[in-house]
Amino acid sequence: MGLFDRYAGLLEVYRDVRTTGADPFQIRMERVLSPTEAIINGRKTLLVGTNNYFGLTFDPSCMEAAIEAIRAEGTGTTGSRIANGSYSEHIFLENEIAEFYGKKHCMVFTTGYQANLGVISTLVGQGDHLLIDADSHASIYDACKQTQAEVVRFKHNDPSSLEARLRRLEGKPGNRLVVLEGIYSMLGDSAPLKEFVEVCKKYGAYVLVDEAHSLGALGENGRGLCEEAGVLDDCHFIVGTFSKTLGAIGGYCVSNDPDFDILRVTVRAYMFTASLPPSIVASVRQALRIVKGRPELRKQLWSNVATLYDGLAAQGFKLGPQHGPVVGVHLPDRMMAIGFWRALLDAGIYVNVAIPPATPNGVSLLRCSLCAAHTAEQLEHMIEVMTGIGRQMGVISSTPKLRVVAGAR
Amino acid sequence: MNNGTADIFELHGKVSRATVIEEICLQLAPFQAGEQPITGETVISKDLTIDSLAVMDMVMELEDRFDVSIPMNVVAEIHTVDELTETILELRAKR
Ligand SMILES: Cc1ncc(COP(=O)(O)O)c(C=O)c1O
Repeated sequence: MGLFDRYAGLLEVYRDVRTTGADPFQIRMERVLSPTEAIINGRKTLLVGTNNYFGLTFDPSCMEAAIEAIRAEGTGTTGSRIANGSYSEHIFLENEIAEFYGKKHCMVFTTGYQANLGVISTLVGQGDHLLIDADSHASIYDACKQTQAEVVRFKHNDPSSLEARLRRLEGKPGNRLVVLEGIYSMLGDSAPLKEFVEVCKKYGAYVLVDEAHSLGALGENGRGLCEEAGVLDDCHFIVGTFSKTLGAIGGYCVSNDPDFDILRVTVRAYMFTASLPPSIVASVRQALRIVKGRPELRKQLWSNVATLYDGLAAQGFKLGPQHGPVVGVHLPDRMMAIGFWRALLDAGIYVNVAIPPATPNGVSLLRCSLCAAHTAEQLEHMIEVMTGIGRQMGVISSTPKLRVVAGAR
Repeated sequence: MNNGTADIFELHGKVSRATVIEEICLQLAPFQAGEQPITGETVISKDLTIDSLAVMDMVMELEDRFDVSIPMNVVAEIHTVDELTETILELRAKR
Protein backbone atom coordinates (compact mmCIF):
# COMPACT_ATOMS: atom_id res chain seq x y z
CA MET A 1 0.00 0.00 0.00
CA GLY A 2 1.35 3.39 -0.99
CA LEU A 3 1.72 6.24 1.49
CA PHE A 4 -0.97 8.28 -0.19
CA ASP A 5 -3.50 5.48 -0.77
CA ARG A 6 -5.39 6.50 2.36
CA TYR A 7 -6.13 9.81 0.67
CA ALA A 8 -7.75 8.22 -2.39
CA GLY A 9 -11.17 9.62 -1.45
CA LEU A 10 -9.82 13.09 -0.83
CA LEU A 11 -7.80 13.04 -4.06
CA GLU A 12 -11.00 12.31 -5.93
CA VAL A 13 -12.78 15.24 -4.31
CA TYR A 14 -9.83 17.46 -5.03
CA ARG A 15 -9.80 16.36 -8.68
CA ASP A 16 -13.49 17.31 -8.86
CA VAL A 17 -12.68 20.70 -7.46
CA ARG A 18 -10.04 21.33 -10.08
CA THR A 19 -12.28 20.36 -12.99
CA THR A 20 -13.67 23.88 -12.72
CA GLY A 21 -10.34 25.05 -14.15
CA ALA A 22 -9.20 26.92 -11.06
CA ASP A 23 -7.94 25.53 -7.81
CA PRO A 24 -9.44 27.45 -4.90
CA PHE A 25 -6.78 26.08 -2.58
CA GLN A 26 -3.86 27.26 -4.67
CA ILE A 27 -4.89 30.75 -5.66
CA ARG A 28 -2.02 32.99 -6.56
CA MET A 29 -2.18 36.66 -5.68
CA GLU A 30 0.16 37.96 -8.36
CA ARG A 31 0.32 41.33 -6.70
CA VAL A 32 -1.47 42.59 -3.61
CA LEU A 33 -2.46 46.21 -4.15
CA SER A 34 -4.24 47.13 -0.94
CA PRO A 35 -6.28 45.48 1.84
CA THR A 36 -9.16 45.15 -0.61
CA GLU A 37 -7.58 44.59 -4.02
CA ALA A 38 -5.08 42.26 -5.67
CA ILE A 39 -4.11 41.14 -9.15
CA ILE A 40 -5.27 37.53 -9.69
CA ASN A 41 -5.03 35.84 -13.10
CA GLY A 42 -3.80 39.16 -14.48
CA ARG A 43 -6.91 40.97 -13.37
CA LYS A 44 -7.64 43.48 -10.64
CA THR A 45 -9.77 41.60 -8.12
CA LEU A 46 -11.84 42.72 -5.15
CA LEU A 47 -10.81 40.82 -2.02
CA VAL A 48 -13.66 39.76 0.25
CA GLY A 49 -12.05 36.76 1.90
CA THR A 50 -8.94 37.88 3.76
CA ASN A 51 -9.91 38.22 7.49
CA ASN A 52 -8.29 41.65 7.23
CA TYR A 53 -11.11 43.13 9.30
CA PHE A 54 -9.64 46.59 9.97
CA GLY A 55 -7.62 46.73 6.74
CA LEU A 56 -4.40 47.34 8.67
CA THR A 57 -2.03 45.36 6.41
CA PHE A 58 -1.19 48.55 4.52
CA ASP A 59 -1.52 51.01 7.36
CA PRO A 60 1.43 53.41 6.91
CA SER A 61 2.16 53.64 10.65
CA CYS A 62 2.24 49.84 11.05
CA MET A 63 4.45 49.48 7.98
CA GLU A 64 6.84 52.16 9.19
CA ALA A 65 7.07 50.56 12.64
CA ALA A 66 7.97 47.23 11.03
CA ILE A 67 10.59 48.76 8.74
CA GLU A 68 12.17 50.66 11.59
CA ALA A 69 12.30 47.49 13.71
CA ILE A 70 14.07 45.60 10.94
CA ARG A 71 16.68 48.34 10.69
CA ALA A 72 17.17 48.39 14.45
CA GLU A 73 16.98 44.68 15.33
CA GLY A 74 17.28 42.68 12.14
CA THR A 75 14.99 40.34 10.25
CA GLY A 76 14.54 37.46 12.68
CA THR A 77 15.22 36.13 16.15
CA THR A 78 16.63 32.82 14.85
CA GLY A 79 15.42 30.88 17.85
CA SER A 80 12.90 30.35 20.59
CA ARG A 81 12.50 32.58 23.60
CA ILE A 82 13.60 30.01 26.13
CA ALA A 83 16.75 29.21 24.16
CA ASN A 84 17.73 32.55 22.62
CA GLY A 85 16.06 34.92 25.08
CA SER A 86 13.33 37.49 24.53
CA TYR A 87 13.75 40.82 22.79
CA SER A 88 12.51 43.82 24.78
CA GLU A 89 9.81 44.24 22.13
CA HIS A 90 8.33 40.81 22.96
CA ILE A 91 7.96 41.84 26.59
CA PHE A 92 6.52 45.26 25.71
CA LEU A 93 3.95 43.61 23.44
CA GLU A 94 2.97 41.10 26.12
CA ASN A 95 2.56 43.87 28.67
CA GLU A 96 0.42 45.88 26.25
CA ILE A 97 -1.90 42.99 25.43
CA ALA A 98 -2.28 42.10 29.12
CA GLU A 99 -3.12 45.71 29.86
CA PHE A 100 -5.58 45.85 26.95
CA TYR A 101 -7.57 43.03 28.58
CA GLY A 102 -6.96 44.15 32.16
CA LYS A 103 -5.32 40.78 32.85
CA LYS A 104 -2.08 40.18 34.71
CA HIS A 105 -0.30 37.88 32.30
CA CYS A 106 0.21 37.45 28.58
CA MET A 107 2.20 35.02 26.47
CA VAL A 108 2.85 35.66 22.80
CA PHE A 109 3.13 32.81 20.29
CA THR A 110 4.41 32.56 16.74
CA THR A 111 0.91 31.83 15.41
CA GLY A 112 -2.61 31.69 16.83
CA TYR A 113 -2.73 28.05 15.80
CA GLN A 114 0.20 27.33 18.11
CA ALA A 115 -1.35 29.38 20.92
CA ASN A 116 -4.47 27.19 20.88
CA LEU A 117 -2.60 23.96 20.29
CA GLY A 118 -0.05 24.60 23.03
CA VAL A 119 -2.16 26.25 25.70
CA ILE A 120 -5.22 24.00 25.50
CA SER A 121 -3.27 20.74 25.34
CA THR A 122 -1.11 21.78 28.30
CA LEU A 123 -3.72 23.30 30.63
CA VAL A 124 -5.46 19.95 30.97
CA GLY A 125 -3.75 16.60 31.39
CA GLN A 126 -4.31 13.05 32.55
CA GLY A 127 -7.46 12.80 34.62
CA ASP A 128 -8.83 16.19 33.49
CA HIS A 129 -11.77 16.91 31.21
CA LEU A 130 -11.73 19.08 28.10
CA LEU A 131 -15.11 20.13 26.69
CA ILE A 132 -15.19 21.71 23.24
CA ASP A 133 -17.85 23.13 20.93
CA ALA A 134 -18.57 20.75 18.05
CA ASP A 135 -17.71 23.46 15.49
CA SER A 136 -14.32 24.31 16.99
CA HIS A 137 -11.41 25.44 14.84
CA ALA A 138 -8.85 22.86 13.67
CA SER A 139 -6.26 24.25 16.12
CA ILE A 140 -8.58 23.33 19.01
CA TYR A 141 -9.22 19.85 17.61
CA ASP A 142 -5.49 19.34 17.23
CA ALA A 143 -5.00 20.32 20.87
CA CYS A 144 -7.48 17.54 21.71
CA LYS A 145 -5.27 15.03 19.94
CA GLN A 146 -2.24 16.20 21.88
CA THR A 147 -3.67 16.33 25.41
CA GLN A 148 -3.93 13.41 27.82
CA ALA A 149 -7.27 14.74 29.11
CA GLU A 150 -10.60 13.17 28.19
CA VAL A 151 -12.27 15.19 25.45
CA VAL A 152 -16.03 15.54 24.99
CA ARG A 153 -17.79 17.65 22.34
CA PHE A 154 -21.02 19.53 22.96
CA LYS A 155 -23.49 20.82 20.40
CA HIS A 156 -22.53 24.05 18.69
CA ASN A 157 -23.52 27.16 20.64
CA ASP A 158 -25.78 25.09 22.91
CA PRO A 159 -25.25 25.81 26.65
CA SER A 160 -27.74 23.08 27.64
CA SER A 161 -25.73 20.52 25.72
CA LEU A 162 -22.61 21.65 27.62
CA GLU A 163 -24.52 21.53 30.90
CA ALA A 164 -25.61 17.92 30.31
CA ARG A 165 -21.98 16.94 29.79
CA LEU A 166 -20.71 18.81 32.86
CA ARG A 167 -23.50 17.28 34.93
CA ARG A 168 -22.45 13.78 33.87
CA LEU A 169 -18.97 14.54 35.21
CA GLU A 170 -20.26 15.41 38.68
CA GLY A 171 -18.45 13.48 41.39
CA LYS A 172 -15.57 12.61 39.06
CA PRO A 173 -12.12 14.01 39.92
CA GLY A 174 -10.14 16.27 37.60
CA ASN A 175 -10.35 19.83 36.29
CA ARG A 176 -12.84 20.86 33.63
CA LEU A 177 -11.85 23.23 30.83
CA VAL A 178 -14.46 24.55 28.39
CA VAL A 179 -13.29 25.99 25.06
CA LEU A 180 -15.41 28.48 23.09
CA GLU A 181 -14.90 30.93 20.23
CA GLY A 182 -15.94 34.57 20.10
CA ILE A 183 -16.99 34.41 16.45
CA TYR A 184 -17.01 31.12 14.55
CA SER A 185 -14.86 31.28 11.46
CA MET A 186 -17.15 29.60 8.94
CA LEU A 187 -20.62 31.06 9.55
CA GLY A 188 -19.70 34.19 11.51
CA ASP A 189 -21.98 33.39 14.45
CA SER A 190 -21.13 34.27 18.08
CA ALA A 191 -21.34 32.05 21.14
CA PRO A 192 -24.09 32.80 23.72
CA LEU A 193 -21.21 33.49 26.06
CA LYS A 194 -23.10 34.79 29.08
CA GLU A 195 -25.18 31.61 29.25
CA PHE A 196 -22.11 29.44 28.72
CA VAL A 197 -20.25 31.25 31.51
CA GLU A 198 -23.16 30.73 33.89
CA VAL A 199 -23.14 27.00 33.22
CA CYS A 200 -19.36 26.88 33.72
CA LYS A 201 -19.62 28.74 37.03
CA LYS A 202 -22.32 26.38 38.24
CA TYR A 203 -20.10 23.35 37.61
CA GLY A 204 -16.75 24.94 38.50
CA ALA A 205 -15.30 24.71 35.00
CA TYR A 206 -12.53 26.93 33.62
CA VAL A 207 -13.38 28.93 30.50
CA LEU A 208 -11.09 29.59 27.54
CA VAL A 209 -12.33 31.81 24.73
CA ASP A 210 -10.65 32.09 21.34
CA GLU A 211 -11.23 35.64 20.10
CA ALA A 212 -9.46 35.09 16.76
CA HIS A 213 -12.24 36.66 14.68
CA SER A 214 -13.71 38.95 17.33
CA LEU A 215 -10.64 40.97 18.39
CA GLY A 216 -11.38 44.52 17.31
CA ALA A 217 -14.83 43.60 16.01
CA LEU A 218 -16.75 43.05 19.25
CA GLY A 219 -16.92 44.93 22.54
CA GLU A 220 -16.87 48.61 23.32
CA ASN A 221 -13.07 48.64 23.24
CA GLY A 222 -12.67 45.88 20.69
CA ARG A 223 -11.55 43.27 23.18
CA GLY A 224 -13.94 40.75 21.74
CA LEU A 225 -17.00 38.78 22.77
CA CYS A 226 -15.82 38.52 26.41
CA GLU A 227 -16.09 42.29 26.64
CA GLU A 228 -19.34 42.52 24.70
CA ALA A 229 -21.00 39.90 26.90
CA GLY A 230 -19.63 41.57 30.06
CA VAL A 231 -17.81 38.43 31.24
CA LEU A 232 -14.16 39.40 30.84
CA ASP A 233 -13.47 38.60 34.51
CA ASP A 234 -15.15 35.19 34.26
CA CYS A 235 -13.08 34.06 31.28
CA HIS A 236 -9.94 32.47 32.73
CA PHE A 237 -8.03 32.35 29.47
CA ILE A 238 -8.42 34.44 26.34
CA VAL A 239 -6.59 33.40 23.19
CA GLY A 240 -6.28 35.41 20.01
CA THR A 241 -4.32 35.99 16.84
CA PHE A 242 -2.38 38.79 15.19
CA SER A 243 -3.16 37.38 11.75
CA LYS A 244 -6.59 38.89 11.25
CA THR A 245 -7.60 42.31 12.65
CA LEU A 246 -3.99 43.18 13.53
CA GLY A 247 -2.81 42.43 10.00
CA ALA A 248 0.35 40.44 10.74
CA ILE A 249 0.97 37.00 12.24
CA GLY A 250 1.24 35.57 15.74
CA GLY A 251 -0.94 34.55 18.66
CA TYR A 252 -1.43 35.27 22.34
CA CYS A 253 -3.03 34.06 25.54
CA VAL A 254 -3.91 36.25 28.54
CA SER A 255 -4.93 35.23 32.05
CA ASN A 256 -5.03 36.35 35.66
CA ASP A 257 -3.86 33.01 37.02
CA PRO A 258 -0.84 33.72 39.30
CA ASP A 259 1.00 30.64 38.03
CA PHE A 260 0.34 31.35 34.37
CA ASP A 261 4.04 31.81 33.53
CA ILE A 262 4.73 28.13 34.15
CA LEU A 263 3.31 27.67 30.64
CA ARG A 264 6.53 29.23 29.30
CA VAL A 265 8.42 26.11 30.29
CA THR A 266 5.67 23.56 29.66
CA VAL A 267 3.99 24.53 26.37
CA ARG A 268 5.98 22.83 23.64
CA ALA A 269 4.48 24.97 20.86
CA TYR A 270 6.03 27.96 22.64
CA MET A 271 9.32 26.37 23.70
CA PHE A 272 10.40 24.62 20.53
CA THR A 273 9.78 27.11 17.76
CA ALA A 274 11.35 30.45 16.86
CA SER A 275 9.79 33.57 18.35
CA LEU A 276 8.17 36.36 16.34
CA PRO A 277 10.58 38.59 14.40
CA PRO A 278 11.02 42.21 15.54
CA SER A 279 9.21 43.64 12.50
CA ILE A 280 6.05 41.67 13.25
CA VAL A 281 6.11 42.57 16.93
CA ALA A 282 6.52 46.25 16.06
CA SER A 283 3.66 46.33 13.55
CA VAL A 284 1.38 44.42 15.92
CA ARG A 285 2.10 46.88 18.73
CA GLN A 286 1.18 49.73 16.41
CA ALA A 287 -1.95 47.90 15.16
CA LEU A 288 -3.09 47.38 18.73
CA ARG A 289 -2.72 51.13 19.32
CA ILE A 290 -4.96 51.69 16.31
CA VAL A 291 -7.57 49.25 17.61
CA LYS A 292 -7.62 51.20 20.87
CA GLY A 293 -7.46 54.64 19.31
CA ARG A 294 -9.72 54.39 16.27
CA PRO A 295 -13.08 52.88 17.23
CA GLU A 296 -14.50 54.31 14.00
CA LEU A 297 -12.88 51.38 12.17
CA ARG A 298 -15.11 48.99 14.14
CA LYS A 299 -18.16 51.07 13.21
CA GLN A 300 -17.15 51.04 9.57
CA LEU A 301 -16.62 47.27 9.66
CA TRP A 302 -20.11 46.68 11.03
CA SER A 303 -21.66 49.08 8.59
CA ASN A 304 -20.02 47.05 5.81
CA VAL A 305 -21.27 43.83 7.39
CA ALA A 306 -24.82 45.19 7.30
CA THR A 307 -24.48 46.25 3.67
CA LEU A 308 -23.32 42.84 2.47
CA TYR A 309 -25.42 40.65 4.78
CA ASP A 310 -28.67 42.54 4.30
CA GLY A 311 -28.05 42.99 0.60
CA LEU A 312 -27.53 39.27 0.02
CA ALA A 313 -30.39 38.29 2.33
CA ALA A 314 -32.75 40.58 0.41
CA GLN A 315 -31.90 38.71 -2.78
CA GLY A 316 -32.81 35.42 -1.16
CA PHE A 317 -29.40 33.99 -0.35
CA LYS A 318 -29.25 31.65 2.62
CA LEU A 319 -26.72 33.07 5.08
CA GLY A 320 -25.20 32.35 8.47
CA PRO A 321 -27.56 33.02 11.41
CA GLN A 322 -26.43 36.54 12.32
CA HIS A 323 -24.50 39.63 11.24
CA GLY A 324 -20.77 39.11 11.64
CA PRO A 325 -17.49 40.12 10.02
CA VAL A 326 -17.61 36.69 8.42
CA VAL A 327 -20.62 36.18 6.16
CA GLY A 328 -21.15 32.56 5.16
CA VAL A 329 -23.31 32.01 2.07
CA HIS A 330 -24.87 28.53 1.95
CA LEU A 331 -24.88 26.69 -1.35
CA PRO A 332 -26.62 23.39 -2.00
CA ASP A 333 -23.52 21.28 -2.56
CA ARG A 334 -19.79 21.19 -3.06
CA MET A 335 -19.78 21.49 -6.85
CA MET A 336 -22.24 24.35 -6.78
CA ALA A 337 -20.04 26.16 -4.26
CA ILE A 338 -16.96 25.68 -6.40
CA GLY A 339 -18.77 26.71 -9.58
CA PHE A 340 -20.11 29.82 -7.90
CA TRP A 341 -16.70 30.63 -6.47
CA ARG A 342 -15.12 30.27 -9.90
CA ALA A 343 -17.75 32.48 -11.54
CA LEU A 344 -17.16 35.14 -8.90
CA LEU A 345 -13.41 35.03 -9.47
CA ASP A 346 -13.94 35.38 -13.21
CA ALA A 347 -16.02 38.45 -12.42
CA GLY A 348 -13.12 39.89 -10.39
CA ILE A 349 -14.27 39.06 -6.85
CA TYR A 350 -12.36 36.83 -4.48
CA VAL A 351 -14.00 35.03 -1.56
CA ASN A 352 -13.12 31.76 0.20
CA VAL A 353 -14.82 28.50 -0.62
CA ALA A 354 -15.41 26.17 2.31
CA ILE A 355 -16.49 22.59 1.66
CA PRO A 356 -16.64 19.34 3.63
CA PRO A 357 -14.71 17.98 5.45
CA ALA A 358 -13.56 21.46 6.57
CA THR A 359 -17.10 22.65 7.39
CA PRO A 360 -19.59 21.82 10.13
CA ASN A 361 -22.51 19.53 9.25
CA GLY A 362 -21.15 18.94 5.76
CA VAL A 363 -22.30 22.33 4.46
CA SER A 364 -20.81 24.01 1.40
CA LEU A 365 -20.16 27.71 1.73
CA LEU A 366 -18.83 30.80 0.12
CA ARG A 367 -17.07 32.42 3.03
CA CYS A 368 -16.89 36.18 2.74
CA SER A 369 -15.01 38.31 5.25
CA LEU A 370 -15.41 42.05 5.45
CA CYS A 371 -12.93 44.83 5.86
CA ALA A 372 -13.40 48.31 7.26
CA ALA A 373 -11.67 49.52 4.09
CA HIS A 374 -14.32 48.12 1.74
CA THR A 375 -16.37 50.88 0.16
CA ALA A 376 -20.14 50.74 -0.12
CA GLU A 377 -19.73 50.79 -3.92
CA GLN A 378 -17.46 47.75 -3.85
CA LEU A 379 -19.95 45.81 -1.76
CA GLU A 380 -22.98 46.86 -3.77
CA HIS A 381 -21.17 45.78 -6.90
CA MET A 382 -20.47 42.44 -5.25
CA ILE A 383 -24.14 41.94 -4.32
CA GLU A 384 -25.14 42.69 -7.89
CA VAL A 385 -22.65 40.23 -9.33
CA MET A 386 -23.61 37.52 -6.82
CA THR A 387 -27.27 38.04 -7.55
CA GLY A 388 -26.61 37.60 -11.27
CA ILE A 389 -24.61 34.41 -10.78
CA GLY A 390 -27.06 33.12 -8.18
CA ARG A 391 -29.97 33.48 -10.58
CA GLN A 392 -28.05 31.94 -13.45
CA MET A 393 -27.16 28.94 -11.33
CA GLY A 394 -30.66 28.68 -9.88
CA VAL A 395 -29.42 29.22 -6.33
CA ILE A 396 -31.86 32.07 -5.80
CA SER A 397 -35.14 32.70 -7.50
CA SER A 398 -34.99 34.93 -10.56
CA THR A 399 -37.94 37.01 -9.48
CA PRO A 400 -36.28 39.63 -7.37
CA LYS A 401 -37.54 40.05 -3.85
CA LEU A 402 -36.92 43.77 -3.98
CA ARG A 403 -38.94 45.86 -6.39
CA VAL A 404 -36.71 46.90 -9.26
CA VAL A 405 -37.11 50.20 -11.04
CA ALA A 406 -39.98 49.84 -13.50
CA GLY A 407 -38.96 49.46 -17.12
CA ALA A 408 -35.42 48.52 -16.26
CA ARG A 409 -35.48 45.99 -19.06
CA MET B 1 -31.19 13.82 13.09
CA ASN B 2 -32.37 14.98 16.44
CA ASN B 3 -33.11 18.68 16.39
CA GLY B 4 -30.96 19.54 19.36
CA THR B 5 -33.45 19.23 22.19
CA ALA B 6 -31.62 16.81 24.38
CA ASP B 7 -34.49 14.47 25.11
CA ILE B 8 -33.05 11.89 27.42
CA PHE B 9 -34.10 8.38 26.70
CA GLU B 10 -34.71 6.89 30.10
CA LEU B 11 -32.70 8.70 32.68
CA HIS B 12 -32.97 6.29 35.59
CA GLY B 13 -34.20 2.99 34.27
CA LYS B 14 -32.18 0.18 32.76
CA VAL B 15 -31.91 0.06 29.00
CA SER B 16 -31.53 -3.19 27.18
CA ARG B 17 -28.83 -4.06 24.72
CA ALA B 18 -31.47 -4.38 22.02
CA THR B 19 -32.65 -0.84 22.64
CA VAL B 20 -29.16 0.55 22.30
CA ILE B 21 -28.46 -1.38 19.08
CA GLU B 22 -31.79 -0.29 17.68
CA GLU B 23 -31.01 3.37 18.36
CA ILE B 24 -27.54 3.10 16.84
CA CYS B 25 -28.94 1.45 13.71
CA LEU B 26 -31.52 4.21 13.47
CA GLN B 27 -28.78 6.84 13.63
CA LEU B 28 -26.68 4.98 11.06
CA ALA B 29 -29.49 4.20 8.62
CA PRO B 30 -28.83 7.27 6.43
CA PHE B 31 -25.29 6.02 5.86
CA GLN B 32 -26.17 2.46 4.82
CA ALA B 33 -24.12 1.33 1.81
CA GLY B 34 -26.39 -0.34 -0.75
CA GLU B 35 -28.45 -3.30 0.47
CA GLN B 36 -25.98 -4.46 3.11
CA PRO B 37 -27.98 -4.49 6.39
CA ILE B 38 -26.52 -2.84 9.48
CA THR B 39 -25.75 -5.41 12.18
CA GLY B 40 -23.65 -5.69 15.33
CA GLU B 41 -20.63 -6.62 13.22
CA THR B 42 -20.89 -3.64 10.91
CA VAL B 43 -17.59 -1.73 10.94
CA ILE B 44 -18.75 1.84 11.23
CA SER B 45 -15.94 3.58 9.36
CA LYS B 46 -15.61 0.92 6.64
CA ASP B 47 -18.96 -0.69 5.85
CA LEU B 48 -20.93 2.54 5.78
CA THR B 49 -20.71 5.87 3.95
CA ILE B 50 -20.22 7.86 7.13
CA ASP B 51 -17.19 10.17 7.57
CA SER B 52 -15.36 10.75 10.84
CA LEU B 53 -17.05 14.08 11.52
CA ALA B 54 -20.51 12.56 11.10
CA VAL B 55 -19.49 9.71 13.42
CA MET B 56 -18.67 12.26 16.10
CA ASP B 57 -22.01 14.00 15.54
CA MET B 58 -23.84 10.70 15.83
CA VAL B 59 -22.00 9.99 19.06
CA MET B 60 -23.25 13.33 20.41
CA GLU B 61 -26.83 12.27 19.64
CA LEU B 62 -26.33 8.91 21.33
CA GLU B 63 -24.76 10.61 24.35
CA ASP B 64 -27.92 12.63 24.87
CA ARG B 65 -30.21 9.67 24.17
CA PHE B 66 -28.56 7.52 26.82
CA ASP B 67 -27.25 10.23 29.14
CA VAL B 68 -23.62 9.20 28.98
CA SER B 69 -20.51 10.96 27.66
CA ILE B 70 -18.18 9.03 25.38
CA PRO B 71 -14.77 10.75 25.26
CA MET B 72 -13.22 11.23 21.81
CA ASN B 73 -10.28 8.95 22.58
CA VAL B 74 -12.76 6.18 23.45
CA VAL B 75 -14.70 6.78 20.21
CA ALA B 76 -11.43 6.42 18.29
CA GLU B 77 -11.05 2.87 19.62
CA ILE B 78 -14.56 1.79 18.64
CA HIS B 79 -14.88 -0.04 15.33
CA THR B 80 -18.13 -1.99 15.23
CA VAL B 81 -21.74 -1.36 16.18
CA ASP B 82 -21.36 -4.04 18.87
CA GLU B 83 -18.37 -2.25 20.39
CA LEU B 84 -20.28 1.02 20.45
CA THR B 85 -23.24 -0.73 22.10
CA GLU B 86 -20.97 -2.29 24.70
CA THR B 87 -19.37 1.08 25.49
CA ILE B 88 -22.73 2.75 26.00
CA LEU B 89 -23.98 -0.07 28.25
CA GLU B 90 -20.77 0.02 30.31
CA LEU B 91 -20.90 3.79 30.72
CA ARG B 92 -24.57 3.59 31.75
CA ALA B 93 -23.77 0.92 34.30
CA LYS B 94 -21.14 3.22 35.82
CA ARG B 95 -23.48 6.19 36.26
C1 LIG C 1 -10.99 30.42 15.36
C2 LIG C 1 -9.55 30.46 14.98
N1 LIG C 1 -8.62 30.22 15.92
C3 LIG C 1 -7.32 30.24 15.62
C4 LIG C 1 -6.87 30.50 14.34
C5 LIG C 1 -5.39 30.44 14.05
O1 LIG C 1 -4.85 31.69 13.83
P1 LIG C 1 -3.44 31.89 13.16
O2 LIG C 1 -3.68 32.30 11.76
O3 LIG C 1 -2.82 33.01 13.96
O4 LIG C 1 -2.65 30.64 13.26
C6 LIG C 1 -7.80 30.79 13.35
C7 LIG C 1 -7.38 31.16 11.99
O5 LIG C 1 -7.28 30.39 11.10
C8 LIG C 1 -9.18 30.74 13.67
O6 LIG C 1 -10.10 30.94 12.72
